Amino acid sequence: MKPCRWSNSGEVSAETIVIIPAYNEGQRVAALVSTLRTQLPEADIAVIDDGSSDDTADAALDSGAIVLRHPCNLGYGVALQTGYKYAALHQYQYLVQLDADGQHDPCYARTVLDVVRSGNYDVCLGSRFLEGTTYRIPWARRLGMILFRRVASFILGQTITDPTSGFQAMNRRVFEFFTRDIYPVDYPDTDVLVLLHRHTFKVAEVPVIMHEDISGRSMHSGLHPLYYLFKMTLAIPLNLIRREK
Amino acid sequence: MELRQKILAAVCGITLLLIILDLVRRRKLKEEYSWLWILAGVTILLIGLNYRWLVAITNFIGAGWTSATLFFFGILFLIALSLQFSVRISALENHVKNLAQQLAVAEVRRKEENSSKETE
Repeated sequence: MKPCRWSNSGEVSAETIVIIPAYNEGQRVAALVSTLRTQLPEADIAVIDDGSSDDTADAALDSGAIVLRHPCNLGYGVALQTGYKYAALHQYQYLVQLDADGQHDPCYARTVLDVVRSGNYDVCLGSRFLEGTTYRIPWARRLGMILFRRVASFILGQTITDPTSGFQAMNRRVFEFFTRDIYPVDYPDTDVLVLLHRHTFKVAEVPVIMHEDISGRSMHSGLHPLYYLFKMTLAIPLNLIRREK
Repeated sequence: MELRQKILAAVCGITLLLIILDLVRRRKLKEEYSWLWILAGVTILLIGLNYRWLVAITNFIGAGWTSATLFFFGILFLIALSLQFSVRISALENHVKNLAQQLAVAEVRRKEENSSKETE
């Protein structure tokens, strides 16, 4: 595997970092950071403000989080990668990622992290479907999820129930790998799992609780679902035949 | 439509599709810019193999000849492509501006912090 050019510069005291990409979540981010501090007191918390027009960055700073600010809105995947690059640049060994919109219950952060810390897996996904769910999903989105769930399970050779989950924990090898330009910043989900599988990373899933987004905002609104379907249909088979080290 | 013409159209369509897919595979072309090209390749392939569809479209839009229809949609495709690039360039120009400004401000703040440390 190519050496990571983002590796190893700053020293930090914590072994684990929690990254939270955030866009206009000024009203929720402070509470999320506070809850995470009680759940993972040993971890550093970094909020990646993706060009918010509200006080997301200030709210995160006031709650004591490390804040990385994009000068403009670059998208969820770019914000995640900024977090990976920051974590790789410092001596973190584990990373947990969750969304700032309140969907991911921070009480499960330790659950996903412990699976990776055990050393048996490189990535752990928090699945909202493993133990049944009351999470309501529009039918079109549900259809897409079922389709890509089957595709991911077939390719990985294991049952994956929530391939689009952004609630994840990973070890250093994985987030260093994600700092490369091959990381798909537009819609990083099922095709990322295929990428991980091709590079022999081990993936696990644990049940978590996710809450429905009541704000009505979604990156899956408008024409985005059509592009998402097109992109996954193209990217997944191509990821299987790409020759990358 | 003669068989030779059908074969030529099919070969052109398939070649274009393979080139586009290979560019995406080698990460020379991002998926978000490939959809229009894939659409073009599929269209060339389908129209080439089903000439009567081209005739039907020609009659529908009121063009005099099928070649006029091909030119018309070819120009429309180029307009759509140019528009996509213009929108993207506009966004990128804005990003670059913001990055440059942020860099300029960060540089000044760094110098100010350094000089205040030296003063202490």
